[in-house]
Amino acid sequence: MKDYLDYLKVNAAMGRISRREFMGRAAAVGVTAAAANTMLADAVRAAGPQKGGTIKVGVNGSGSADSLDPALSANQGQTLVTRMWGEPLVELLPHGGIEPVLAESYSSSPDAKVWTFKIRSGVTFSNGKTMTADDVLATMERHSGDETKSGALGIMRGIASMKVEGDSFILELEQPNADLPYLMTDYHLLIQPNGGNDDPTAAIGTGPYVLKSAEPGVRFVFEKNANYWRDDGNAGTIELIVINDDTARVAALQSGQVDMINRVPPRTAGLVDRAPNITVHKASGAGHYVFIAHRDTAPFDNNDVMLALKWGMNRQEMVDKILFGYGSVGNDTPINASYPLFTPMEQREYDPDKAAFHWKKSGATDPILLRTSDNSFPSAPDAAALFQQSLAKAGIPLEVKREPNDGYWSEVWNKQPFCTSYWSGRPVQDQMYSTAYLSTADWNDTRFKNEKFDQLLVAARAELDEAKRKQMYADMGMILHNEGGLICPMFNDFVDASTDRIAGWIDNHKGFGIMNYYAPIKMWVAA
Amino acid sequence: MGPALKLVAQRLALGILLLFLVSILIFVGTLILPGDVAQSILGQSATPEALANLRAELGLNDPPLTRYFDWLGGVLTGDLGTALTNGKDIAEALGSRLSNTLFLAFWAAIISVPLAIFLGLLAVRYRERWPDKLISAVTLSTISIPEFLIGYVLMYFVGVKLGWAPTVSTIYDGMSLGQKLNSIALPVAVLTLVVLAHMMRMTRAAILNVMQSAYIETAELKGLTMFKIIWRHAFPNSIAPVVNVVMLNLAYLVVGVVVVEVVFTYPGMGQYLVDHVSKRDLPVVQACGLVFAAVYIGLNMLADIISILSNPRLRHPK
Repeated sequence: MKDYLDYLKVNAAMGRISRREFMGRAAAVGVTAAAANTMLADAVRAAGPQKGGTIKVGVNGSGSADSLDPALSANQGQTLVTRMWGEPLVELLPHGGIEPVLAESYSSSPDAKVWTFKIRSGVTFSNGKTMTADDVLATMERHSGDETKSGALGIMRGIASMKVEGDSFILELEQPNADLPYLMTDYHLLIQPNGGNDDPTAAIGTGPYVLKSAEPGVRFVFEKNANYWRDDGNAGTIELIVINDDTARVAALQSGQVDMINRVPPRTAGLVDRAPNITVHKASGAGHYVFIAHRDTAPFDNNDVMLALKWGMNRQEMVDKILFGYGSVGNDTPINASYPLFTPMEQREYDPDKAAFHWKKSGATDPILLRTSDNSFPSAPDAAALFQQSLAKAGIPLEVKREPNDGYWSEVWNKQPFCTSYWSGRPVQDQMYSTAYLSTADWNDTRFKNEKFDQLLVAARAELDEAKRKQMYADMGMILHNEGGLICPMFNDFVDASTDRIAGWIDNHKGFGIMNYYAPIKMWVAA
Repeated sequence: MGPALKLVAQRLALGILLLFLVSILIFVGTLILPGDVAQSILGQSATPEALANLRAELGLNDPPLTRYFDWLGGVLTGDLGTALTNGKDIAEALGSRLSNTLFLAFWAAIISVPLAIFLGLLAVRYRERWPDKLISAVTLSTISIPEFLIGYVLMYFVGVKLGWAPTVSTIYDGMSLGQKLNSIALPVAVLTLVVLAHMMRMTRAAILNVMQSAYIETAELKGLTMFKIIWRHAFPNSIAPVVNVVMLNLAYLVVGVVVVEVVFTYPGMGQYLVDHVSKRDLPVVQACGLVFAAVYIGLNMLADIISILSNPRLRHPK
């Protein structure tokens, strides 16, 4: 039987029989579906990446107004495009940890205040120039400083000085930060010749692919960079086709016009997966759908109101009905198991009695006004309606006001006291907390101001003893869980799909969806 | 031909005035929308400093009047400027989008206009009998179903199930004409189904109206065949209303097909405009608005001129 299975594996890996057929035949000889899936993945990986061919990707989240400047990357399409031609100093490894990319190695002073990145030698940009530490310095300067318009400014702000010494790039921080390498994986911080100061939109970098044709909002074509410094990047040509409409994107995958798509709508993901030649991939991530209240505005300044709302949230129902199971329950902190140094805490369950108790204790009687729109997160108005019902069982009146999609992020989010929103998460806890929960954070969208929390956050940055740091983060999580303005019912999975014409998918890749945007580069044409 | 020329001149002058007013309306409308281009570009990752820097770079701190007249000055000298969002030259981007839109509209019109008129004639010839009723029923059903739904239905059955036509209609330079036509087969089919009924019904109604006249009775008494009466005597006298409807539908094919473009991811003007409206990219919105308005005004003018030329009484006024 083992011979038979091996025979099947090889055939499936070579694409001579379909995945569905392999699973069926394996099941016929008594292998469970899960085991068969693993076997197949191993066999395909064992067959090794094939070079050449064309991979076509159907992309959601891209518009014709998009810039090619990595400093202005703000959506999935832009990030996919910049990943092809540009590289950061360091990058997240698929299953945790940091991989040096354009930095050959990095180290810090004992107090985590001075960081040295040794720049890799012998790497050339696609315009033929050699990449040097000066290019790195110029890039980092373009993303920081008073003049910048970069989306990475929030990360760069804590840097006191930057300099080049020989082939090393040296950062000195205002305060110690043990997580600095994680910050350097930010998708804006791609090294460009002379920092991109000459032409930020030139799309010239050290990446595995070279941009051949760019029509923002329509189509991007890349060809393999023949001089790429390492053995990454398999397909000879990669085509990104922008298909923002969900139904059209799925249809393009089903009819074989594209080999892979991002953002499969959870509502139809089960149906899509049933097609014989298509696999839907889900990866748990740090992205979460949230209900956020301003803690400095009545009635949310009353912690009993917050607790009433938190106990009145039916989290499992949200995961089942809004995410269709493609996600996991949240616990009123922005952190989940996808973060390093995560400590689980007791799950807050739906409890109408406790909700009613806190509501009565708060003395509030007026209905709570919640603002929502479809682009705060998919199906947010439905989630608001579910919340309204689960609160009603506790006798808490909730009024839902639907706002237009257009302008939601500028007029409602971070302006109105209670609304639905979305956070895509960050690679480390420090960054997530510094971005949105520190008293002085720009995007403190819950107006959460807690001295103890701030002290812990700063102390944790300088703490190099992992056990102590872990405890500090656990304490901070507990403070937010009990006193924060964040109601976090669910973490959404990234749901992507590919056909069996291509292989090499890595399950549960850290970072963002579609293998942290590396799927087109790391996958290969199998059939 | 004197009066026709005078009319054209009048209409042209009026059209230019209209375009000017349209540009003011679009400018004010975009200003009223919440948020600005800097905020839209940076999105959720905007910091106050980055916003301020971007605003200064894009010149958003100038007073609106200055910005409007800067833009107007550019347009009058033939310079549409560059997009605020991605710095691309608007004339170039717009040119390729416009030619895509016209390409799609052209092929949809080539199929739908003759088909609609032919079906209209057929319906008159067999009026109140089964062919008439069948034609009306089918075309009225297709115009009543929302176009995106027809799109999805065709996409699923023709594209995914039968595999006859691609579901993604992205076209780009370097494709041959055959490939392009194959690519736009489904959107052309959808657009044809959507515009057919309007033109067909108008043709039918206009000809039936003429058929009541005494000279048609004379023609019948002369012993002409029914189809010849319709084609030679009734149709020429109903050209004016038919041309009007045809032009309205042509205008729709150019300016109103954004939903079809989105469903089939066709890189036309509609999608381009919507993307830039949501980013508050004023110069692009202005340029698109002007082109759309010009198409509408131009086609309507053409309709008027054709109706006048087709009517000897208007052609040779006493």
